[in-house]
Amino acid sequence: MKIVLQHLTKKFPSRNKKSRGEVTAVNDFTFEIPDGKLVGLLGPSGCGKSTTLNLICGLLSPTEGKIFFGDDDVTKLPPENRGVGLVFQNYALYPHLTVSKNIMFPLENLKGAAKLSKEEMNRRALEAAKLVQIEGLMDRKPKELSGGQQQRVAIARALVKMPRVLLLDEPLSNLDARLRLQTREEIRRIQRETQITTVFVTHDQDEAMSISDLIVVMKDGIVQQIGAPQEVYDNPVNLFVAKFLGTPPINLFDGRVEKGMLYIGNDALFAAPNAPEGAVTVAIRPEGFILKEDGPLHCALVRLEVMGRDVSIVSTNACSESENVRSIINTENTLDLNSKIVRFALKPQKVFLFHKETGERILF
Amino acid sequence: MEKRNMKAWLYLLPAFLFLGVFMIYPLIDVLVYSFEEGYNSASQTFFGTGGYNYSYVLHDPYFLQALKNTFLLVIITVPLSTALALLISVGLSSIKPLRDLFQTIYFLPYVTNTLAVGLVFMILFKKTAYSDGLVNLVLHWFGSPSVDFIEGPYWAKMFVLCFYTIWVVLPFKILILTSALASVNQDYYNAARVDGTRRGRIFCRITLPMISPMIFYLVITGFIGAFKAYSDAVALFGTDLNASGMNTIVGYVYDMLYGDSGGYPSYASAAAIILFSIVLTITCINLLVSKKHVHY
Repeated sequence: MKIVLQHLTKKFPSRNKKSRGEVTAVNDFTFEIPDGKLVGLLGPSGCGKSTTLNLICGLLSPTEGKIFFGDDDVTKLPPENRGVGLVFQNYALYPHLTVSKNIMFPLENLKGAAKLSKEEMNRRALEAAKLVQIEGLMDRKPKELSGGQQQRVAIARALVKMPRVLLLDEPLSNLDARLRLQTREEIRRIQRETQITTVFVTHDQDEAMSISDLIVVMKDGIVQQIGAPQEVYDNPVNLFVAKFLGTPPINLFDGRVEKGMLYIGNDALFAAPNAPEGAVTVAIRPEGFILKEDGPLHCALVRLEVMGRDVSIVSTNACSESENVRSIINTENTLDLNSKIVRFALKPQKVFLFHKETGERILF
Repeated sequence: MEKRNMKAWLYLLPAFLFLGVFMIYPLIDVLVYSFEEGYNSASQTFFGTGGYNYSYVLHDPYFLQALKNTFLLVIITVPLSTALALLISVGLSSIKPLRDLFQTIYFLPYVTNTLAVGLVFMILFKKTAYSDGLVNLVLHWFGSPSVDFIEGPYWAKMFVLCFYTIWVVLPFKILILTSALASVNQDYYNAARVDGTRRGRIFCRITLPMISPMIFYLVITGFIGAFKAYSDAVALFGTDLNASGMNTIVGYVYDMLYGDSGGYPSYASAAAIILFSIVLTITCINLLVSKKHVHY
């Protein structure tokens, strides 16, 4: 089921009673989520991603705009009639019910023609449990389960009524690091198997990048960029997106374009014939550095960090916006630790220029 | 290790002394009195030991009346006041405007002086030379004859006592239940809404189990409190409760000690022990029932 958002806007009354202003949590969203895809809503906290999720599931109603599931306008439908399954950040499993009762809960609400027999309910619950591989835990109470198992029960409960759309609110944030890796693969697998259009919310770009077919990067209630994860990473439209994606974070420099040449400080990096003259923000991905004896960029060496397969050089540069410049290089390259200066050449496709004030991307 | 244990006992000594002198010794003393026949507190003498005190108390029509009154009071007021408090708390937590005002109003009886309350009930129920009381005034409108609630038939007096008891215990129960309701995570309700759960079902399947520990607490303390009722009856019917037939078990114990017919600590002790065993039994039954229906 594809989801279409049209000019979706949600305003909340301001909490501050004196100023009668409004807070716009979601501002004029228009985008389409294709059928059967896994989509990550990504942004820092307070950017309106959870609000968007709640609008899609119907717990909140929009101030303006429309929501379509396929060709159906569901904007005015209450959540129970939209056919959505929602997994909460804290799972919201009913603590007094067993796993199987929890999973069956949505089915017991069905009435009229949709009403199911006891056997049918059991069969469906078991089917959902098998999908998330918890069929051996059906008689336990939620508090007797680990975080990851609770998560699976929550997903099974959301899937058991065969929703048209599956929504996950920060599905991994309550899990420890190892489980997080495992569970995100699990979510990917379940989504592939069921082919249900799935939207999940996260503030962790790693999570979103690794399993999504499509990511939507948001900031202050405004969509910044939509695209396949790699595409957004390789082609950020503005400084915010470039900064938000990637670990370690992108390195920022004060630079300028002069006579078709890109400079950081006094180092002429490479030709940028299409960029307008003047000051720019130069953003370089950590993997965009090449250690080279006669490279154009001079930095002062601070230390070398070896973490498994990665070797990163920490250095400083007078024009860097942060204290340190972090670059990840191949282990084959050798570095003389006694020298005070390191010199880098750059991969132009890993270097982005942004407008100093607006943060918009400048092509070169 | 040994040395540290000694120290710990030393630190615990003051607490043990207090508990021993003021809690455990009196308890044992009461038990002992209840088996000493004809104990006289002035001369500290008694005739012999045995179960006569119990036999006397259990055959005393005043005690049987008190037992009946207390049981009626418990059976009527505990479920009714808890249900009523639940209803009001749910109402309070589902309205937005004026919630604070209503909360304050419902809490007022808790902080109001008992004498003032007694006066109000007098105006409501008592027949005087000048009026029959407000409630009778209302009854007249419906064409019903006057009822004397304070000195009239038994059911009328029982009604006033139950009404008063419920009214007095309600604020505390509402306070506990509203805070219990507020502590239920909103996500459970959202989850239930997404799953299309009807309101009645949300209440029975989610809200009630979630606040069941608090309801259970209120029921147990309610039972114990109602079994110990005494002052309410005095406030309404005066000190000679046996004469008005509205005595309670605690009232009977008091009368046996200090009342006009008093001076019988042995009978009083026996009655107190009977009350203790009743409360203990009921609380044990409560605990057993709660194992099935209370979810912590």
